[in-house]
Amino acid sequence: MPAKYVIHHTTAKPRFRPVGKLGIVDWREDCSSCHNCVKRGCVYRLYRDEADTLRDEVGYLDYIYQCKGCLSCVQNCTKNILTRVVNPEYRRLGDSYYTPDLILSTWYQAETGKIPVTGSGYGGPFSGPGFDSMWTDMSEIVRPTRDGIHGREYISTSVDIGRKLSHLAFADGQLKVDPPPLMETPLPVIFDRIPRHWQREAVMTAVTTAAAEIGTLAVLCEADLREQEAADCGHVIPLLESPGPSAVQPCGSAPFVMIPDSPDVMAVQAALKRDPSARIVAIRIPAVPTVAGRVADLVREGAEVIHLTFDSHGREQGPVRPRHMRDVLRDTHTTLVKQGIRDEVTLIASGGIAAAEHVIKAIICGADLVAIDIPLILALECRLCGECRRGQPCPIALEEIDAGFGIHRIVNLMAAWHSQLLEMLGAMGIREIRRLRGETGRCMFFEDLERDSFGRLFGKRKGGS
Amino acid sequence: MSTLPSDLQRAEAESPDASPARPEYAEVSREVRPAPPRYRNEIGKYSIYRASHCANCGRCVETCRYGVHVRPEGYLHVMRPYDYRCIGPDCKDTDCCCIDACPQGALKLSANPVSGTMGDHRWTPDLLMSTWTMAETGRPPGRHLESEIGTSGGGFDRLRFRFPNSPPPGLRREDISTRLLLNRRGDSRPRIAIDVPWYGGGMSFGSTNIRALLGKARVAKAFHGFTCTGEGGYPERFVPYKDHVITQVATGLFGVREETIQRAPIVEFKYAQGAKPGLGGHLLGDKNTPSVAAMRGTVVGVPLFSPFPFHSVYSVEDHKKHLDWIAHVNPRALLSAKVSTPVDVDMVAVGVYYAGGHIVHLDGSYGGTGAAPNVAKKNIAMPIEYAIGRVHQFLVDEGIRDRITVIASGGVRTPADVAKAIALGADGCVIGTAELVALGCIRCTACESGRGCARGIATTDDELLELLDVDWCTQRLVNLYAAWQQMLVDLLYRLGLDSVGALRGRTDLLMHLDYENET
Repeated sequence: MPAKYVIHHTTAKPRFRPVGKLGIVDWREDCSSCHNCVKRGCVYRLYRDEADTLRDEVGYLDYIYQCKGCLSCVQNCTKNILTRVVNPEYRRLGDSYYTPDLILSTWYQAETGKIPVTGSGYGGPFSGPGFDSMWTDMSEIVRPTRDGIHGREYISTSVDIGRKLSHLAFADGQLKVDPPPLMETPLPVIFDRIPRHWQREAVMTAVTTAAAEIGTLAVLCEADLREQEAADCGHVIPLLESPGPSAVQPCGSAPFVMIPDSPDVMAVQAALKRDPSARIVAIRIPAVPTVAGRVADLVREGAEVIHLTFDSHGREQGPVRPRHMRDVLRDTHTTLVKQGIRDEVTLIASGGIAAAEHVIKAIICGADLVAIDIPLILALECRLCGECRRGQPCPIALEEIDAGFGIHRIVNLMAAWHSQLLEMLGAMGIREIRRLRGETGRCMFFEDLERDSFGRLFGKRKGGS
Repeated sequence: MSTLPSDLQRAEAESPDASPARPEYAEVSREVRPAPPRYRNEIGKYSIYRASHCANCGRCVETCRYGVHVRPEGYLHVMRPYDYRCIGPDCKDTDCCCIDACPQGALKLSANPVSGTMGDHRWTPDLLMSTWTMAETGRPPGRHLESEIGTSGGGFDRLRFRFPNSPPPGLRREDISTRLLLNRRGDSRPRIAIDVPWYGGGMSFGSTNIRALLGKARVAKAFHGFTCTGEGGYPERFVPYKDHVITQVATGLFGVREETIQRAPIVEFKYAQGAKPGLGGHLLGDKNTPSVAAMRGTVVGVPLFSPFPFHSVYSVEDHKKHLDWIAHVNPRALLSAKVSTPVDVDMVAVGVYYAGGHIVHLDGSYGGTGAAPNVAKKNIAMPIEYAIGRVHQFLVDEGIRDRITVIASGGVRTPADVAKAIALGADGCVIGTAELVALGCIRCTACESGRGCARGIATTDDELLELLDVDWCTQRLVNLYAAWQQMLVDLLYRLGLDSVGALRGRTDLLMHLDYENET
């Protein structure tokens, strides 16, 4: 058994005050100055800490929205002059997919490296689009580890990247075929190309170095490859923007490169595999309604790795009602299975992977592994305000970030995700994430549960299915 | 098994909350009495502002029917409005509107901004406030509060009852039974029945204030129902209520002793829990105080893990051995198995029956009271609304439905939810969060932070423990149960049913807002 994979984490304090959700405001004109201010009784010492910090003029000056929202002070105030409010800045965070709660949760994970834990059950919507319409299964009695996710027993999150043979052939007791090159990552998450408007030198250094530190890979555009990275491509996947079959290889001996889909993509792959012959080539394909057929064609022609890209909300490109990656991945996976070629190719999915649970769900739907970009930027305290896209100054001064800080935060985020993957795998009774690929039997889909539970009672669901 | 350790006795004696379990204390009345909120400024949906030019004429006190305006005997000034009792703009249509009655025009009504910051999709501000109202008054809340559904957009929140045009002639509310029989096996064990079709869920000593736990035990006694120890052991202060306390045997076996099994009328095996299906339990080191450690037989300050699952159960046969073990230690106990809701939950339920269980307790994935990883709460196992019907139908098909009691939990917030769960096929429910909300929980979800719950509920901090009082907790829960029972009876009356048992599996009385409902 290989050494146990652990991502070590230590606290990485944010550079800027995180945007809090709740705050307490008071109406001082009615204050009776009872000298018995309930704020002193705050069990979280919020106001005492605030006073200390203000006096020292260091740290996070604005504590107003760091309130835990217990309402004790509001409800105990002698004159009832305190009230609780939701921070308008919190409401403006992110968008409908990267919700304020998701962003705060990502910040927490990047700071602590720990799994977010809260009490009082689940308070969110019953279900939602995409991944929110899936529940993973659990087992009452089967579990790979019985002393916690970091206990004695092993749950593997390693995946292989590369083409696999459909079968082996032997002659005279010897293997007659050459197995194609394979690369193993200990985490089913690689770092995707960072969108241009977030690219800063320190950010790129943080992403690539963090990838190396935790043993995964980072996709980097050919234009962004610096000399050092070109020479030492162990953890960098160069993305060649427009290579032709006769293009000079700009990435030296990089063992893994990525190329965009094109009519002559297989010729490009063949050219890139000439030297070194052990090189793995991934083909990057935008997810469109016909993508399953295209992927199947490429696999039959010898594609090793297919990287399906979705938009930031996990939707395919093009149509009026785009499918979520949940459905596109199932379609693609099933198409390959039916043709008997699924095991020959590695499928990477990116776009819309916003939380650890999405990694599990994408793999259940058919991906081998996923690639992420926005969560990495969130780990660096980004608020998705879009100012950089509009050419405005970044409110968190991304350009001033220290690479060491960025590495620390990204490693922490991946540590938290890794722990959550282990929790979910453990609950499913699965010891190895490779076995989860396409295992829709280990999850429950909203439409199936609705049909089986309510469809038989109440007939047709309104609006279709 | 170990005997009661002396350090446990010492820890109980040294506890700031330690008072001898007096026999008379164990007598609990089911009578509804006002149980005002324990905070000075209770939060309601509306605010009433009284301007400084109020003449203290007292017209508002005379006019308001809801107790918003109060002037104690002998006082000149009217007290600050108890505006959490205000029913809002609906009052304008009545003859008891203080705003209209005030000759000085000194009163102003507005929405309370704090109420909008509370709650979530499952527990909306209205559901929180309506539960508080029931806990205070023992009566159903007014129409100004939505007290039946949340805004989660699925499950119970999209199910509605189909009421007949009129109840059958001769049906009287006072004749409607809410009694639930728990032992249907027809074996030699007691035919235990409870007065209302729900009982209190397990919360462990160590995770929750002992005073809240005692309140739960006392209301269980008042309604001839049950509460459950959870996995924290069996505090001696539960002994006066032992006929109403379920001993839970969970994977850590914390506090499980021969005498705690022998004194229990029901023993519950907790295989999994909805709050974190497939995951183990975790008591933070800060909550492992001397008394908690003594109760669990552990070391103070050390985090305690309840591993998942049972180390000794790998099959239904192993499960049967478990139940046989308890059945022999306590020949009079009913056996319950608490399981979560995996895809094969129906098979699990059948397995529980054939292993000798009297009760299968399905704990859906959206419930839970204690701290749990968010990734588990949202994503693992199915919501209870799906599981109930599956299990019910499978047990019917197996021909054993009437020989086992199905209890549902995990997101049961209101008497309407109880009724919907029963109509889907459950016999009854277990509630947890609703009880805590009645005791003042606002679902800030910070149960695990630092010293624990700032509102004194999910904590073992000596100072925070003082925020609760056993009598107050008891009365709030008695009131809540009384209001729920009244609302359930009213619902059964409107459905034309004479007992809650008659509602079981009556899916024909349900409709779903997202379906054509034309089967």
